[in-house]
Amino acid sequence: MSERLCPRDEADVVEAVRWAVSNARTLDVAGSGSKARLGRPLQTDATLELKGLSGVTLYEPEELVLSARAGTPVAEIEALVAASRQMLAFEPMDFGPLLGVAPGGGTLGGLIACNLAGPRRPSAGAARDHALGIRAVSGRAEAFKAGGRVVKNVTGYDLPRGLSGSYGTLAAFTELTIKVLPRPETVETLLVLGLDDAAASAVMSAAVGSYYDVSGAAHLPAEVAATIPAIAGAGAAVTALRLEGVQPSILHRRGKLEAMLRAHGTLSFLDADASRDFWQAVRDVTPFALPEGGDGETAKVVWRVSVAPMAGPHVGAALREIGARCLYDWAGGLVWIEMPGTEPHSARVRAAVAGAGGGHATLIRASAAARAAEEVFQPLDPITGALIARMKNGFDPGRVLSPGRMYAGV
Amino acid sequence: MSGLVMPAPKADVLARRARIIADLRAIVPGEGVIDTEAEMRPFESDGVTAYRQLPLVVVLPSTTEQVSKVLAYANANGIPVVPRGAGTSLSGGALPLEDGILLGMGKFNRILDIDFANRTVVAQPGVTNLGITTAVAHEGFYYAPDPSSQIACTIGGNVGENSGGVHCLKYGLTTNNVLGVEMVLITGEIIRLGGKHLDSGGLDLLGLIVGSEGLLGVVTEVTVRILKKPETARAVLLGFPSSEAAGACVAAIIAAGIIPGGMEMMDKMMVHAAEAFLGAGYPLDVEALLIVELDGPEAEVNHLIDRVAEIGNGLGCMTLRASTSEEERVAFWAGRKAAFPAVGRISPDYLCMDGTIPRKALPLVLKRMEEMSEKYGLRCGNVFHAGDGNLHPLICYDANTPGELEKAEAFGADILLLCVEVGGVLTGEHGVGVEKRDLMPSMFNEIDLAHQERLKCAFDPEALLNPGKVFPVLHRCAELGRMHVSGGKLPFPDLPRF
Ligand SMILES: Cc1cc2nc3c(=O)[nH]c(=O)nc-3n(C[C@H](O)[C@H](O)[C@H](O)COP(=O)(O)OP(=O)(O)OC[C@H]3O[C@@H](n4cnc5c(N)ncnc54)[C@H](O)[C@@H]3O)c2cc1C
Repeated sequence: MSERLCPRDEADVVEAVRWAVSNARTLDVAGSGSKARLGRPLQTDATLELKGLSGVTLYEPEELVLSARAGTPVAEIEALVAASRQMLAFEPMDFGPLLGVAPGGGTLGGLIACNLAGPRRPSAGAARDHALGIRAVSGRAEAFKAGGRVVKNVTGYDLPRGLSGSYGTLAAFTELTIKVLPRPETVETLLVLGLDDAAASAVMSAAVGSYYDVSGAAHLPAEVAATIPAIAGAGAAVTALRLEGVQPSILHRRGKLEAMLRAHGTLSFLDADASRDFWQAVRDVTPFALPEGGDGETAKVVWRVSVAPMAGPHVGAALREIGARCLYDWAGGLVWIEMPGTEPHSARVRAAVAGAGGGHATLIRASAAARAAEEVFQPLDPITGALIARMKNGFDPGRVLSPGRMYAGV
Repeated sequence: MSGLVMPAPKADVLARRARIIADLRAIVPGEGVIDTEAEMRPFESDGVTAYRQLPLVVVLPSTTEQVSKVLAYANANGIPVVPRGAGTSLSGGALPLEDGILLGMGKFNRILDIDFANRTVVAQPGVTNLGITTAVAHEGFYYAPDPSSQIACTIGGNVGENSGGVHCLKYGLTTNNVLGVEMVLITGEIIRLGGKHLDSGGLDLLGLIVGSEGLLGVVTEVTVRILKKPETARAVLLGFPSSEAAGACVAAIIAAGIIPGGMEMMDKMMVHAAEAFLGAGYPLDVEALLIVELDGPEAEVNHLIDRVAEIGNGLGCMTLRASTSEEERVAFWAGRKAAFPAVGRISPDYLCMDGTIPRKALPLVLKRMEEMSEKYGLRCGNVFHAGDGNLHPLICYDANTPGELEKAEAFGADILLLCVEVGGVLTGEHGVGVEKRDLMPSMFNEIDLAHQERLKCAFDPEALLNPGKVFPVLHRCAELGRMHVSGGKLPFPDLPRF
């Protein structure tokens, strides 16, 4: 039975890592454990649970900056900034629904460690683009900092960005500083109904490449659209274009887009409330959700694929043959794929991505056995793999921090 | 050169110069290897002309394969390599080394792919920043980061420095707009990171490469995202009786939820210098001038211009003019864009600093800078990317007056230390290079720096790529690799465990 270490502050984290290093023990670096089912399954001697390092330490809305300890719940931060009419512009997704765990459980550290991003990613960036500064403890049992608290900073290597997406394998974050942005005053969504994937991708490309500041472009084939209450009534495939900002601007842009797209299909429209529900469903991929407490071991496999936007439908077409269902976000560049069963079909998925011009595919939901047997993350070429192993040597020579969570032996 | 200490040149490399040049000629034939003093002169410094050094040899490769062979050769023979784009760095990042190859990337000047449907451009690193925008302008697209040097600086150099521009509050720096690179490691191995898709799906190596100042590898191809040019842009000029009032206006605009396309501040000295230089039509009775540009769909811009005007009026602005035509908007910017040459006219030489501060510290920082200006007896003007707190103090001096450069440098260092003191950083967009190298310990302790250096070790264990830049002390990677950890007690035994 793996031990749980619950540090209260950075000094405790240093102590925990020191213990692990000097006793050759391994640690599963976790926030609240909400994403424990992501990545390769770990067999560590202890879990380093950072949720005790909690609390916002600085929030200056006019400076667009917020610092918080790594274990602070994302929900708490989102509520705090919402009160000042601000937001985390990268719209971090909540993995709860997809993984069958309670929603709203994620921590700030986990959000950066997994480099989360939602539908606004193409225009606003991912978590990586909002990480300004970090404090962390490396596998050398040393606390260090990098970056700063200002948006514009090129002093030294960009470790806040570099460590985003490291899944706790190089360092355990203890405190993070992120950029926050004003929340749009209102939102509406223009829907184009009945398009097939290829036609949808052309429409999304035209819309996102227009003057009209589309801040979300998603396509849901009919059988997927039917599972989202806000649009289920359409009874058809739904291509959704989000417009955010001040009301006069939205009116103007909606008019222009309607004129541009009328010839492509039936147009429909979601008001502010329906839009918020809809985009949250897209963000959290609720069409492929597991019921809370659902068994990830027997659930249908889910992949997350990132390719060039126009290539999305090619990936979808290649996998539909074996009964997969797709949800397209990021104007087609992000493809969520639900396989027909518990078999990952990794070779097939990776071939589809390569055949569509390249990108990356991550096995998000699968049995522990499958996640141990398959590459969960996009396989690395040998040169990049060796480079990352050398980075691991530098930051965590004893291989104590979540070893093997991303790549075997790293 | 003032007090800058670079790594001691390796005597054995200097002694083998003729042999090295011959070997390099075998890799890059013809005019791609330059070894005469006269022809190497143009490469002896970058934008920081106070620092000059002739390199061992200049190599101008034109293919990735040549870059790979040159680096593998340098690696095998222990020869330092300094990558160079257009040499406009304002931190001495491309300053040559006496025992080093200066690797000029100017021949990598082709755009390889333009993809409007996916909104990407693939360019070789020697393509200029503006060259990318020019290549896509006919379809109404552009590349967003716009350093003032954009006609000259290269996209490879932009990646090296993570360059910004006046529009980066809204559109991001280079790092937010680069999707992929091809890069040659010091071993000669070639890696590709990213592409036309977003994010890496794992560790963000690309995020580390951008802004790495040529210390991790040589970039041979860059994929960037392009954006549709905003339908309209309008600017407002607001003059204030104090920098506090101007700063309050900036804060109020952002607090109102408005993120302008550009928001620049100039102090009185800069307003006067710009006015004298080209008669921009700026009000001369103000202590601080703001240029706020709104861009986007027309209806939105017009709506927000009115709101900005309201905010400015509420905060006691003395002059307020909103552009009503494209000519007028360009005229508003002309003075700001000519800030450097304008200072060049009132002072024989100047140093351009580049700290970033939390915006609320602006009044304090300006006041302290005034005191410093008196102490050093040197004038100092300020242009300021007000939205993101990036300060560009211009320190006037005369290089022909003995001791003045040193004084100006000390003044500059004091300003940067002040930026750190108020919670800011040493450099917002120009990079550390050699210029701010020795100030790094003011922001980072030894452990912080050691972690950064370990990253360097993963890429370049012999420290052959651009040594002497960024890090004040170069440690040997073997030394950094050792780990001394002791004390194996189970931590915090007083806490409950489950
Ligand atoms: C008048 C003027 C105005 C400026 N305005 C701005 C501004 O508004 N904003 C801003 O951010 N900067 C500005 N700069 C600074 C400068 O233009 C930028 O830093 C620019 O990105 C440097 O590009 P370059 O091609 O000249 O690169 P260089 O100066 O040649 O090199 C810069 C660094 O990048 C490395 N490098 C270059 N090419 C490569 C490559 N292919 N692979 C790996 N490393 C490489 C070099 O080793 C060096 O460390 C200005 C400079 C001047 C002179």
